[in-house]
Amino acid sequence: MWNVFRAELTKLRRPSLSVSTLLAVTFVTSLITSVLFLLVDSPEGNGERGVRISRDVLSLPTGISLSFTNTAGLLGVVALCVFAAQTAQEYTYGTLRNLLVRQPSRMKILLGKLGAMKLFAIVMVTFSAIVGIALSYLFAGVKDISTQAWSTTDAKTAVWHSFINVLIATIGYGIFGMILGLLFRSPISAISIGVIWNLIFEGLLSAFVKNIDRYFPGQLLSTVAQGGTDRISYQYALFTSYAFLLVGLAIVAFLFKKRDVAN
Amino acid sequence: MSSPLALDVADLSKKYGDRMALSHANFEVPMGSICGFVGPNGSGKTTTIRMLLGLITPTTGGGHVLGESITEPEKYLPRVGAMIEGPAFYPALTGFQNLNVLAKIGGFSTDSIAGLLDLVGLGDRSDSKYKTYSLGMKQRLGIAAALLPNPKLLVLDEPTNGLDPAGIHEIRTLLRKLADAGTTVFVSSHLLSEIEMISDHLVMLRLGKVIFAGKTIDLLAKQQPVIVAKPENISDLNKLAQIATAAGHQATIMENTVHVTGTSDFSAKLNKAAFEAGITLESLTPVKASLEETFFEMTSE
Repeated sequence: MWNVFRAELTKLRRPSLSVSTLLAVTFVTSLITSVLFLLVDSPEGNGERGVRISRDVLSLPTGISLSFTNTAGLLGVVALCVFAAQTAQEYTYGTLRNLLVRQPSRMKILLGKLGAMKLFAIVMVTFSAIVGIALSYLFAGVKDISTQAWSTTDAKTAVWHSFINVLIATIGYGIFGMILGLLFRSPISAISIGVIWNLIFEGLLSAFVKNIDRYFPGQLLSTVAQGGTDRISYQYALFTSYAFLLVGLAIVAFLFKKRDVAN
Repeated sequence: MSSPLALDVADLSKKYGDRMALSHANFEVPMGSICGFVGPNGSGKTTTIRMLLGLITPTTGGGHVLGESITEPEKYLPRVGAMIEGPAFYPALTGFQNLNVLAKIGGFSTDSIAGLLDLVGLGDRSDSKYKTYSLGMKQRLGIAAALLPNPKLLVLDEPTNGLDPAGIHEIRTLLRKLADAGTTVFVSSHLLSEIEMISDHLVMLRLGKVIFAGKTIDLLAKQQPVIVAKPENISDLNKLAQIATAAGHQATIMENTVHVTGTSDFSAKLNKAAFEAGITLESLTPVKASLEETFFEMTSE
């Protein structure tokens, strides 16, 4: 498994993937942070789905990590795309047969790949946190928002909690992508179905059907990133979303182990 | 005492739905030999290779690779190098990086990569991305990847696809060198003349069934040699064919020649009989049956 992990890192480190992913992370983090701070006085709202997040809230110790927390959904989409593509491309390139000849244990292949992609997600989330916090200071200065509370111990704790929660959510979205990659064996199908499901299907239904977001893995992961909401507790969101993902992963792992590699 | 076997397959079958891709195959490949694996498209070659490498599960039957059951590929694959259905690599990685990925997965030393790339003639392009390689270069990289584990058994599926004549010659020489050093080579190819030149054993498939498995010379020995006689005067073709037929040999007129089945011993007799009948022969050539002719004869409907 360690060997597969190291080999997978070689693939993940290639500039065409790592640089473009970090650029995408920078873009989504900058977008969310700039909307959050620069539109703080806008009547249309500056948070998710038009929610208004006031100057007072941004000045709290949690304000330092708020932009980063709000980026979790889009970071999740990036992770979903990377995990799905890295998994499904082994089928489209025909490289899976090479991997299996060199490492016949299919579970070791799966776990090694998952481990390397988790490390990639950690780098993504860390990068997003750094960009998000740096831009928060910059935009807070521009909009004259107090940052005094951001250097307190409470703020450091808030950053740490946000980091862990966003990481759990991002890895969850990534696992969802990996499940789709193994299921559809095509990067394009896996990514398009994953994005449509998360952003459109779950998003629209949750906006129109009350409480249905309690049963959608994507919505629950978003709740995990926020550390829980008034309606859905952190523990429920964490347990239920990961239960969905682990069942899904177990099913595709079984298929991966048993299926003939005939392409 | 029989020599140890690199491969042995017993009653091996694979069924996809109603279609039998491989039906009750039995064959053996001795250690240290070069074994050609031939058959028309769709005859079950790649299916067999995939079963030997643990990529697909047999429907029935089994076999052994380097003395280990094919149900436990982890026991023998570290000693096997393979290129299946052409080369397959990551387009955005260089040739070196692609081999590095496979060496890491297999737990092999990465020190040998540069040497292997030199061996297959890719030393100066090792830092180029795979997607920039020509078909021949991709094929060479596939062969280098197969050699990574310093294999006891090398399984190659169409290794000379896309190679120019010089490249084909290089690969032929390389395979012979590997076999001389004790590596068993199991190679499928459509270039039957190449297979005939390098292989000392053959497994021939047709419609999912093994129609020959054994030494190449035994297969070719089964075929009747042919004497090709060309009279100076074309009007003598029929007369010459009648002389051969009268002597108990089968004769066929093809263009300006008469093809007579029989060993080279009959050449002198035919020459004498033709002379006595007033026929002057322009040429008289004994021709051994080639693998290609044998193949077509055995695999045709």
